[in-house]
Order: sequence, then C-alpha cells, then structure tokens
Amino acid sequence: MRRRELFAVALEALRVNRMRSLLTMLGVVIGVWAVVVLVAIGGGARDMVEGEIEGLGSNIIFVVPGELGFGAAPTVSRMTRDDVARLTDLAGEGAVTAGITSGESVRNGHAEVFATLTGADENGRNVFDRPLAKGRYLSEIDVETRRRVAVLGSVAAERLFGEVDPLGRQVTIGGVRFRVIGVFAAVGQTFGQSRDGEVQVPLTTAHRLLGVTRVDFAAVRAPDAESIEDLQSRIVETLEDAHPGERFSAVTQTQLLGTIGTVLGALTAVLAAIAAISLLVGGVGVSNIMLVSVRERTREIGLRKALGARQRDVLGQFLVEAVLLTSAGGAAGIVLGVGTALTIAALSPVPASIAWWSPVLAFGVSAGVGVFFGVAPARRAGRLDPVVALRAD
Amino acid sequence: MSGPPAIEAVDLTRSYDLGGERVQALKGVSLTIGDGEYAAILGPSGSGKSTLMHVLGALDRPTTGTLRIAGRDVAGLDGDALAELRNAHIGFVFQSFHLLARTSAVDNVALPLAYRGVPKGERRLRAAAALERVGLGHRLGHRPNQLSGGEQQRVAIARALVGGPRLVLADEPTGNLDTRTGHEVMDLLERLNGDQGVAVVLVTHEPDVAERAPRRIHVRDGLIETDEREAGR
Ligand SMILES: Nc1ncnc2c1ncn2[C@@H]1O[C@H](COP(=O)(O)OP(=O)(O)OP(=O)(O)O)[C@@H](O)[C@H]1O
Ligand SMILES: [Mg+2]
Repeated sequence: MRRRELFAVALEALRVNRMRSLLTMLGVVIGVWAVVVLVAIGGGARDMVEGEIEGLGSNIIFVVPGELGFGAAPTVSRMTRDDVARLTDLAGEGAVTAGITSGESVRNGHAEVFATLTGADENGRNVFDRPLAKGRYLSEIDVETRRRVAVLGSVAAERLFGEVDPLGRQVTIGGVRFRVIGVFAAVGQTFGQSRDGEVQVPLTTAHRLLGVTRVDFAAVRAPDAESIEDLQSRIVETLEDAHPGERFSAVTQTQLLGTIGTVLGALTAVLAAIAAISLLVGGVGVSNIMLVSVRERTREIGLRKALGARQRDVLGQFLVEAVLLTSAGGAAGIVLGVGTALTIAALSPVPASIAWWSPVLAFGVSAGVGVFFGVAPARRAGRLDPVVALRAD
Repeated sequence: MSGPPAIEAVDLTRSYDLGGERVQALKGVSLTIGDGEYAAILGPSGSGKSTLMHVLGALDRPTTGTLRIAGRDVAGLDGDALAELRNAHIGFVFQSFHLLARTSAVDNVALPLAYRGVPKGERRLRAAAALERVGLGHRLGHRPNQLSGGEQQRVAIARALVGGPRLVLADEPTGNLDTRTGHEVMDLLERLNGDQGVAVVLVTHEPDVAERAPRRIHVRDGLIETDEREAGR
C-alpha cells in the first residue's frame, strides 16, 4: 500500500475512535505542553537575571561577605565603613561605594510606598553610573553629618508626589522626616523589582535609622578591564586580613553571569527533564492504547492479510497511527505551551523566552515517542498469522 | 484457458501441536482444481474443510506436501510473498462476510487493489464495476450495517472478484443467510463461474447447495473420501 494511503487509513481509524484518540493524545499534549512552558520560563528567568546583571556595568567588582555561590548559606555581613576605607586605599578615591538595604515604608502625608531603602555614600551614583532627573545626589557632607536627605527613584517619586515637584519636600521613613534632594532618572528593573522604586539616603543616616553599623555590600569600579583580576584578589586579601577567619568574595558581572547562567541552565534542564517524564508517560499510554487497538482489530488485520496486505503494510498502518496520534498531540501541546508561556510573560514579571529549539525538539520527541512506543504493537499486528487473526473473536 | 491449473495439491498434511498432543487436521490430500472449475467440498464438522480451504488459499502453510498456485510452488515463499500470491490469484468469501465496518461498499471492494498499488481513482472505478456485476450498483456508498446479510455477502463476493482472481474460495458462504438469500448468493457464484470462467471452490453443509455443483469432494477425518464429477461438464 502506498505511504499516502497508510495515512488515510490511519486517520480513519483514529477518527472512528475519536474519544479514545483524544484521551490518548492528552498524555502527549500535557507532556509537550509542560516541556515547552518550563523551558520557556527557565530561559526567560535566565534572560531576565542576565539582563539585570549586565545593567550593573562591566568594570564593577562586587564585594560581598562569604562565599559566592547558590546554595551557600547567606552570611551576615561583618563589613563596616572601615573596610570601605581599606578598599579606597586599594582602588583610589571615588572608586568605591558601599551600601546597606532594607525594606521600609516611605510616606508623604497619605501617600505611602513600600520601598527598598538603600543607605549609600557619595560615590554610589558614580560607581553605578545612575543619572539624575533633577536635583542633586548625596554629598560627602550629607554622609559625614548624617543628614536626613533622600534621593527618590522615579517611580517612588511619582507614587509619593504625583505631579508635584518633590524637590525640597519631606518624606517620612520609619517615623523620621527626610528632605528630598534629588530624583533618579528612570532605569527599569533589577532582580524583579523596579529600581525606580528605590529610595536612597546617606549610609550613616541609614545606620542610625536601622540601629546597625554594617554594610551589606561594597562595589569597586576598576579603572580598566586589565586591572580587574589583580584588584579582585587584593580586595579579598585585604578584607580577609582585616577579618581573620572570615571569607569574602569579589566578583565581576561576567562571573556573576557565568554562575547564574550555569545554575539557571541546570534548573531549566531539571524542569525539562521532569516534563520529559510526563511525555514518556504519555508515550506509554499510546503504546497501551495501540495494543488494545491491535487486539480489537485482530479480525480486520486477518482480513487485510487475506486480501494481500504484507507485514509491512499492517505494521505501517499501526505505526503511522501511533505517530499521527503523538505528533498531533505534540503539535497541540506546542500551541498550548507557547500560548501559556506568552500569557505568563504578559501577566507576570517573568519573561518567557521561547527558544526556537524547544518546540522543534518537543515535536521531534513526540513523533519519536510515537515510533518508539508504537513499534511493539505495530510489529505484533504485522506478524499476526492470518488464519489465527481471522478466527479471533 | 491453458497453462497450469489454478491449484495443484499433492499429499497435503496439516497438523497442529496442542501442548504436546498432535492434531492432524489434514492427513494427505491430493487435489487439482482446473481453471474455471466449480467444486463443492462437503463433510462433517471438524473433518478439515476449513483447514483445507486455508491451505489451498495460501492463508496457511501445509505441514508437508506440495502446493502449487497458478503453477507456483508455495514452499519457500515467505509471508509477504504468500500475501502477494493471494492478492494476485485468490479471492476469499467467508461465512461471516468480514467486511470493514464504517467503510463504504465500494471501498471495501477496492481494498485488495490497494495492496496491489492501484491508484485510488481506478480502484474505485473497478470496485464499482465489480459491485455492478453482483447487482449492487445502487449500493456503492452503503456501509455494511446499512446492508442486508445477503447484500453484505454479495459485497464480499465483489471484493473476491475485483482483482481478477483465477480462483474464489468460499467457506460456507451461505452459512449465515436464510435459505432464499442463500440461493441468491449461490446463483451469483454460479453465474460468475459460468460467465467469467473464475474457478469456484465452496464449502457447504447444505445438501441442496452441494447438489448444484458439478464436482463434489467429500472430506472425512482429514482425507478425501470421494471426489465425484458429473459427466458432461
Ligand atoms: N488452530 C488450531 N489448533 C488446533 N486444532 C485445530 C486448529 N484449527 C483446526 N483445528 C482442528 O482441526 C480439525 C479440522 O478443523 P476445521 O476447522 O478444518 O473443520 P471443518 O471441517 O471446517 O469444520 P466445520 O464444518 O465445523 O467448520 C478439527 O478437529 C479442529 O479441532
Ligand atoms: Mg469450517
């Protein structure tokens, strides 16, 4: 029988058992759907994090307490402003900034926002290269004299003051009044939160407000790319000398990208593997139904053989049926999966990145599942003895 | 017609192994069916009639003995080669019709041609012509469940004929039909044999059906008991 006709025969058989075909397909649909969605979300999460890290600037060295790595226990920082002074000795005046962050509610009369409060020093804007929309940034005197002044992110400013110019006006943070001296230009998101919702105050003021003296992180701007590596090791050395027994990490954006990329890549692979298992389960379902179908249609197989069907004709008929079943399920799963990924991307901050290979692979795999799981029942059908098959009831 | 006979069987046996016990369904049957011949096979239940039909039609292989279909020795042919041989030379009619459900009469009849690689359009035309010959030209699109038993068997006969076989093997073709419809089917088989020269071998239990056949082969216990031919035909 010609190949095209095998398709017609198989399609007809699937159509006749419509409900069963749909239910069988469902297993494959769900499997492929899960693969496509999870890979899209995993890829999206990686793109997002990488994009944010890239936004940090390429010559910046991040200094954090403890070992850097996912799964490492978070370390309470032992760094203080003294360490900032030590790093300034290494990297030069103006190249080092330090900060502490805390979630605080910030109010202007009845308007209230829950903002990331960052205690920063006068170098914060230069090191991180954040332009101002209006007003001025924190000065050395602000930091030294613990002035109660604040620089607002664009969204925070908008939420608290609306159309009103916030410069010179007051906001209340933790019961303390601050005077607004500047507003950042909008920059977008970092780590899922809008950096434009941030409120920066002098580090020293933040220390008094929060009742601590630590700094959570320091950042060092290297003068050029060549000096980065040397600077990194000297930073760690200096800090570990100053705090015997403590560990510190100094990492660049590229290293962060590498680490996070690896971790998220592995995470995506694990998610995809879990999803692939459900695809496998769907395949087992197909195999099962094909066996039932072969048994049910034993007499039909016997008749076809009596009329001249060769082994490969019968085998082909059932194999095509299985592959049609799984690839139709695969196609439906891809459509649903892409739709779900796009919906998630539209409704949540997690962007979905649909890698071109994921639907292609999912489709290929589901068709492959059809062949793999269809072959045993189809061979059984092809090998049936015509007399035995005709006598079956 | 000239050339080798439709079927030539020499000393066929067929035995089944049933858990160590050996059942001999055929114990040495020799038989020649010439082109255009019409023969009835008779015998008590369990005597081996169906087994013989299956072996003669190359649906089943003899355990020992020689079988030639259209001059071709089937020994050494694999399953696919036997399928092609059946497709080319043999038409089957079964007691229980064996039509594909949910499939129109014309597509049922066209099925053997599909396995011969005949294009769909031509297949349909030839199937329709075959249905015309069995008097069902007006039932092309009907499905088996929309046809009477006699009509279904006539569709099966059209299917047996559509490929232009040398021999039609019919195992109790009237077994599931009432007497009147059974006679119609027999009339049809006889007419096709007479008009088109297709050899017909049919198994039957019914004496009056057997009476009409010019050659009657009595089978008992896996052996041919008698093989009588009416003179003059
Ligand atoms: N697959 C099989 N396995 C074992 N024994 C079988 C098998 N098929 C047939 N037989 C045996 O072979 C013998 C002949 O069977 P067969 O079906 O040919 O009889 P039959 O003459 O067609 O009978 P009926 O008139 O009832 O159809 C019987 O004894 C039967 O039990
Ligand atoms: Mg029988």
